[in-house]
Amino acid sequence: MSDAAAVQSPWQMAKIVRIEKRTPRVTSFFFQPSRPFAYRAGQHVDVRLTAPDGYQARRSYSIASAPESGGVIELAIEKLDDGEVSPFFHEVAAIGDEIELRGPLGGHFVWPEDENGPLVLVGGGSGVVPLMSMVRHRAAQNSSVPVVLVFSARVWDEVIFRDELITLDDRQHGFDLVLTLTREAARRPADYSRRVDVAMMAQAMVRLPEPPGLAFVCGSNAFVSAAAQALIDAGVAAENIRTERYGV
Amino acid sequence: MVTRGFSSGRRPPTDGDARIPPGQYLEQGFPVLSAGPTPRVRTEDWSFTLKHGPRPIKKWSWAEFNALPLTKMTRDIHCVTAWTKFDTPWQGVLVDDILADAGLEPPTGFTLAHAFDGYTTNVPVKDLTAGKAMVALLYEGKPITSDHGGPARLLVPHLYFWKSAKWLNGLQFTTRDEPGFWELRGYHIYGDPWREQRYTDDP
Repeated sequence: MSDAAAVQSPWQMAKIVRIEKRTPRVTSFFFQPSRPFAYRAGQHVDVRLTAPDGYQARRSYSIASAPESGGVIELAIEKLDDGEVSPFFHEVAAIGDEIELRGPLGGHFVWPEDENGPLVLVGGGSGVVPLMSMVRHRAAQNSSVPVVLVFSARVWDEVIFRDELITLDDRQHGFDLVLTLTREAARRPADYSRRVDVAMMAQAMVRLPEPPGLAFVCGSNAFVSAAAQALIDAGVAAENIRTERYGV
Repeated sequence: MVTRGFSSGRRPPTDGDARIPPGQYLEQGFPVLSAGPTPRVRTEDWSFTLKHGPRPIKKWSWAEFNALPLTKMTRDIHCVTAWTKFDTPWQGVLVDDILADAGLEPPTGFTLAHAFDGYTTNVPVKDLTAGKAMVALLYEGKPITSDHGGPARLLVPHLYFWKSAKWLNGLQFTTRDEPGFWELRGYHIYGDPWREQRYTDDP
């Protein structure tokens, strides 16, 4: 396994330079760190908000942008109604605001430095975010590593980065997109309308020229458990599956 | 620096502020986090091995391990992803009782905990002994589910919870403080939540 060595990652101020609504519940915030840093596709940052009384709230968000994106960090933040940080971003944060941020963090759920066979990426809902960084990194590098992304969303309008993903899929350049909608009919011929399962994983891997070297799975705990088990049942060794769970 | 428009009013109310380490928030549920698929370890396949370096000192089967004295420990736990959960009730075998059963005085000052999925994490001996840590077998009086590290997990509640290795199958005394899985991947070598030792470069 080749993982990132530990790097220094002090807190710093980052300015919001752009805000883009992605889906009804997910909005992308683009940050310009005062001290831009290099990162690997799949890594995350910590964000810290400070109230006038000194109270601080801190959350981790995966980076959606590619490492090649010129220093600006895209965080695609899903609004959680009972949260304290995501509602701040959705309701209060504006272009020009300075937010405290620390990163890059995490050295396991990252695009491998030694490219060792095709990759399977499986994302549920906003779990697609770190996978999007990998997909964009692959495109920016013009990498020939075959990648299939299985992306589960409830409905078509909640498919984050939908147009960009479909454009990359249409290039037929070794990146394959499999969408599955859990609460709507499939819109594209080879897509699905059900939860991820072993048959879907097996069919997704048929799109690769050889068995995958690694699989990356990100989403809610229930999603990751189901998807990881489906990958194992479809023949992927457990030690080649890396997971990232929201916790709940 | 104060964040424009952010107030502590969004904070979930709690009467236990002094029990919440800096940067943490109170969680009522029990989130599940892990770096890979959840291993389903059957108790008939389970064993626990105590090692000094490469040398096995003693190995227990599930039945043998369950015959060791059981201790209750109810503690607040703190995950590096920023949630804190109060009063989690565990039962298990104190590391002290494991060492006593093996007739072993700690031969070094450091350990590496090992798990069935290949996960490792380092914990100094002083953080495991004197009643500070156990190999937990029960949560809320019931067998620990595989999501939460069952059949057995390490419980070192005063350190960030990644130190409390799930699916535990061994404890190895090491000469040096050897970084484990997350400690090699950017996380703090010790992990004290009260000093906010989350990442490698935290003091």
